[in-house]
Amino acid sequence: MSSDFLPQALVYLSAAVVCVPLAKKIGMSSVLGYLISGIIIGPFILGFIGQEGEGIMHVAEFGVVMMLFLIGLELEPKAFWEMRKAIAGFGFSQLIGTTILIFGLFMLLGWEWTMSFSIGLALTMSSTAIVLQTLKEKGLSKSQAGEASFSVLLFQDIAVIPILAILPLLATTSIAPESAHPSLLGGLDPWLQTVIVIGAVASIYGIGTYLVVPLLRMIAKTGLREMFTASSLLLVVAVALLMETVGLSPALGTFVAGVVLANSEFRHELESDIEPFKGLLLGLFFMGVGASINFQLLAESPGQIALIVCAVILIKFAVLFVIGKTFKLKNDQNFMFALGLSQVGEFAFVLLSFTGQLHIINEEWLGKLTAVTAISMMTTPLLLLFNEKVITRFFGTNEVPEKRAADAIDQQHQVIIAGFGHFGSTIGRLLRANGIEATILDNNSDQVELLRRMGFNVYYGDPTRTDLLKSAGIENAKLLIAAFDSPEINGELIKTVKKHYGHVKVLARARNRFDAHEIMEMGVTNIYRETLYTSVHLAIDALQELGFRKYTATRQGQKFITYDEKALERLAGSRSDMKEYAIHARREIEMQEKLLQDDLLLDFSTGDHSWDSNFVKETLMGKK
Amino acid sequence: MQNRILVLLVHPLFEKSRMHKSLVNHIPEGVTVHDLYQEYPDFNIDIKREQKLLLNHDIIIWQHPVYWYSCPALLKQWIDIVLEAGWAYGPNGKALEGKVVMQVLSTGGARSTYQPEGYHHFTLKEFLTPFNRTTTLCNMQYLPPFAGQGSHRISDDELLTLSRNYAHLLDYLQHNRLDVAEFQTFEYLNDWLLKDKIA
Repeated sequence: MSSDFLPQALVYLSAAVVCVPLAKKIGMSSVLGYLISGIIIGPFILGFIGQEGEGIMHVAEFGVVMMLFLIGLELEPKAFWEMRKAIAGFGFSQLIGTTILIFGLFMLLGWEWTMSFSIGLALTMSSTAIVLQTLKEKGLSKSQAGEASFSVLLFQDIAVIPILAILPLLATTSIAPESAHPSLLGGLDPWLQTVIVIGAVASIYGIGTYLVVPLLRMIAKTGLREMFTASSLLLVVAVALLMETVGLSPALGTFVAGVVLANSEFRHELESDIEPFKGLLLGLFFMGVGASINFQLLAESPGQIALIVCAVILIKFAVLFVIGKTFKLKNDQNFMFALGLSQVGEFAFVLLSFTGQLHIINEEWLGKLTAVTAISMMTTPLLLLFNEKVITRFFGTNEVPEKRAADAIDQQHQVIIAGFGHFGSTIGRLLRANGIEATILDNNSDQVELLRRMGFNVYYGDPTRTDLLKSAGIENAKLLIAAFDSPEINGELIKTVKKHYGHVKVLARARNRFDAHEIMEMGVTNIYRETLYTSVHLAIDALQELGFRKYTATRQGQKFITYDEKALERLAGSRSDMKEYAIHARREIEMQEKLLQDDLLLDFSTGDHSWDSNFVKETLMGKK
Repeated sequence: MQNRILVLLVHPLFEKSRMHKSLVNHIPEGVTVHDLYQEYPDFNIDIKREQKLLLNHDIIIWQHPVYWYSCPALLKQWIDIVLEAGWAYGPNGKALEGKVVMQVLSTGGARSTYQPEGYHHFTLKEFLTPFNRTTTLCNMQYLPPFAGQGSHRISDDELLTLSRNYAHLLDYLQHNRLDVAEFQTFEYLNDWLLKDKIA
């Protein structure tokens, strides 16, 4: 095993490094890139890994385990409570509707009801990893479709727990296991098994709250940051092992462990510690999925599997679309929502393998359904691409605002505001109050409809497309205000504009110093950091609260802004000692360190003796 | 010889000032115009930058409207913080020594109202005492003002004449060795221009 590790790591990593950037380059999501690289290195194409199949599944499973831990960690009870209606509404109806339809489908095929039901439950699950990542990449997490998707996914995440508890019950009506399963629960009464499942989950909760959290508090006192990562990893591994020992899914266990830690005060610390691992582990997971597709089964009955994939996706899509309609989602949002969640998710692997262990379904169908799941995951990026390029053109919000009455001259505006959320709308309002009408560009259809009703000139769609920019009048524009929430979209937009429309002056929003640095490298000089002006404003008020005169504090604040902006420019200028860091966080820490060091060396407010009578006295009469 | 002229334009609502827009439009080439309200809308004046500008010029002109017998707030801020002790005045404060300073002003009231027996009770020269003393304290030579008065009622023709005179004055200042003592015998530089033309 240990001698296998390095070559395996080499294969996985190089496949990812080659395929993911390629996928991104041609506009696919990174998920698809990982899946494809998994297939390529898998046993059926290059055969670099997994001739025995075992290795890959282990890797993939640990990916799932880690991901569920993180999902659990992100499941903040408060946010959950605020979304309870949406979760119950969207989530419950999706779960019930889809399960019943898939159940019906397999019953029609003449399957046993226990098999049909457990498969129904498994295939109902959608992929949290794919959907959340896609939404984030498209900057639509906050849109209606994004929130609805999140509700459904959250409900599914939670539903897995009772489902895992129910599945052993279904096994009672099936034929008794032929061979003893090597878990402690194998020979026990199914009812007892259920009790143990629930008991194990409860015990993780109890131990987590009363043992792990106090332990973390102790570790916090040592001040060793890496101990947090170590202890959370230890927790994951320990829980996974415990669950395996009692014959339960390690993924479920770590999910609960994550939820336990989400309740603790260490949630954010753990999250930021584990953040760098997250992407990689997810990638590993998707590659595992790609590699685990059994092409032999595919080759034997391609028609059957294709049919099941289509039927499942169609059912899932239809149920979601009807739910979306019921909850009055706009067409755009609804297509995004229903197509986005139409795949079968990673939970299905967990549920299917558990079902297999319980001998509810046989080996062959386990393989086929695993393939169905993996293939369905691959369809999502393609379906979304189809949605973007075709469906929304016909059914969605118009990209271009309707032409006004013929007598009104269609005046091209000088200003384009790209991104009209909280940030952009404030800009738009202030401009409008001064008689400047801006053309607005946004990718959130809800926003677009509202703004059009309010009489704004709004263009809708992917802001990085040159044809959309062109129809929004960028060729005659003077200013482009890049105000999207998502730094990725903002960055792409700026690059596009800088490349094709050099005459347009760009005023760019940046989240933080790091974003600002990136934008600066694109050749933009007007950069507005959300986290600079507001925090300086706050610091000024804090100084005042501590007894400083407001004007003195304000002058210090003004000086600080000038100083900080210069410092950033300096940092951007000295490229020679700024190494390229693949991990953003690392680079950010380095920047922070450099800035703080400079602060020590150079007091930014020295030399300000304005109105200082002591200074005047000393200058005129000499120091005493 | 060439005198380098720096016009510090100080007007909080320049876009609505008919007189100052016309005056600025007549400023000849080679004169540096530094629009303080445009540069420092938040009153956060860059002291070092301003001092460098001063050092790079021979003649400093404060061009501004007269508000409440004084200058707009930003110019007072500028004077407060740019003319530092030990730099502009005091021991070793010789940075501005020998430079020439003057004001280019607009007043709402006509010249006749700025008389002891007039509406404002004092002459413009008397009102400008703080500027006179400030600049001489900083070892500079203070010239009488060039003023556009009665700006509320000034006709287009009168404004054009005034602006041309301003251009003429700047052109003269730019290209001639200045006889400061002679300038100082006039109450307004407008008068010097008049005498010059008559002679």
